Amino acid sequence: MQNLGINAIFQGRNFQRLFEGLLITMEISFVSIVIATLLGILIGLSRTTKNKPLLLINRLYLEFFRIIPTLVWLFVFYFGVTTALNVDLSGLSVAIIVFSLWGAAEMGDIVRGALQSLPQHQTESGMALGLNHWQLYLYVLIPQAVRRTLPGTINLATRMIKTTSLVVLIGVIDVVKIGQQIIETSRFEFPTASFWVYGFIFVLYFIICYPLSILSDKLEMKWNN
Amino acid sequence: MNIDWDFIIRSLPLYADAVWITLHLAFWGILISLAIGLVCSAILYFKVRGLSKVVKVYVEISRNTPLLIQIFFLYFGFPKLGITLSASTCAIIGLSFLGGSYMCEAFRSGIESVSKSQIESGLSIGLSNTQLARYVVIPQAFSVSLPSLGANCIFLLKETSILGAISILDVMNVTKDLIGMYYKTFESLLMLVVVYVIMLLPLSILLTWLEKRVRYAEFGN
Repeated sequence: MQNLGINAIFQGRNFQRLFEGLLITMEISFVSIVIATLLGILIGLSRTTKNKPLLLINRLYLEFFRIIPTLVWLFVFYFGVTTALNVDLSGLSVAIIVFSLWGAAEMGDIVRGALQSLPQHQTESGMALGLNHWQLYLYVLIPQAVRRTLPGTINLATRMIKTTSLVVLIGVIDVVKIGQQIIETSRFEFPTASFWVYGFIFVLYFIICYPLSILSDKLEMKWNN
Repeated sequence: MNIDWDFIIRSLPLYADAVWITLHLAFWGILISLAIGLVCSAILYFKVRGLSKVVKVYVEISRNTPLLIQIFFLYFGFPKLGITLSASTCAIIGLSFLGGSYMCEAFRSGIESVSKSQIESGLSIGLSNTQLARYVVIPQAFSVSLPSLGANCIFLLKETSILGAISILDVMNVTKDLIGMYYKTFESLLMLVVVYVIMLLPLSILLTWLEKRVRYAEFGN
């Protein structure tokens, strides 16, 4: 009787190893999402100023990260920046740097959009009350902007989690790489392993991203009304 | 950092070939995604029984999984079921599977943006359902969804960068080969970035222009 390929997932420590790989994937996503959010808020705030050179730099930064695919950035940092600066960065650090920079650019745009979507009279009322610049942002604009950024931020987080699957291409041992190792080692015992292992990883990503997308849709619907 | 311009000129034909492969795959991927998106959004709009559910499940699955895993599954997993597909077929199917749901969402949000008063007015002057769709809903919905359709095209073109992983000779693979064979890291990476900027910058500028134009098309709200 032919061995069912799905057993390859449960052979030995394979199941546990897949989850260890998933943990790496989650670690990269989590760290980059946190850094991207913090950096993105600063960038978003800086994009509401009227300082022309600052706006131009911000604009170029966003457009460059939007236009050039993330995988290209991973390559540029993994092969190029490490050679240029003569530093030794692991694939993991490169992944975190690239995802943080990319996420920060996108997050900056979300924050800017939220701040600019606030009605002008909020700023004017705040100023009429005699709030200074910082008080205006701290007590009036930011609290209102946060709820408007939340659906977009969660959406960005799902996109970043999905994109972390690319790190396997710069040699990080993530869930995809461990899946490939399992397929290699069980090539003779379970010939159909590749179907089941990739199917399993497919399901894993879905299980992580689906609740987040639902949450984002729900928040958007709730706050649109 | 000395850049070997001679090397860049010599490797130009390699990149040109790779760009054609990328554009070819992206073209079919975008075309099929548009078709899938159109059919799916029509199914959702007319609330076709049974099929609406299928479309919703498809959209959720495709939006919440990475393209890399989708094409690995197609390219490495499917042959085990006796279905062997060439790398470029896998690439086009993968892109269409992913893009279809994004296009569907774009069309759907366009349709939803048509205000109720427009539909009610149409019905009250005695238009049939098909006429309503043809003369009232689609023209307005299309102009609203155009920017997101454009953004999706850019998104899909960017996603083609992943296809090198299933041994398609695209710009990513050419770059990796040149780095591996000649250690021309900066030259190859420079070419890679320039190639993507050349492919995507005009589209991005066109999209910004479209977004501004479309604002004039908003009415009836």
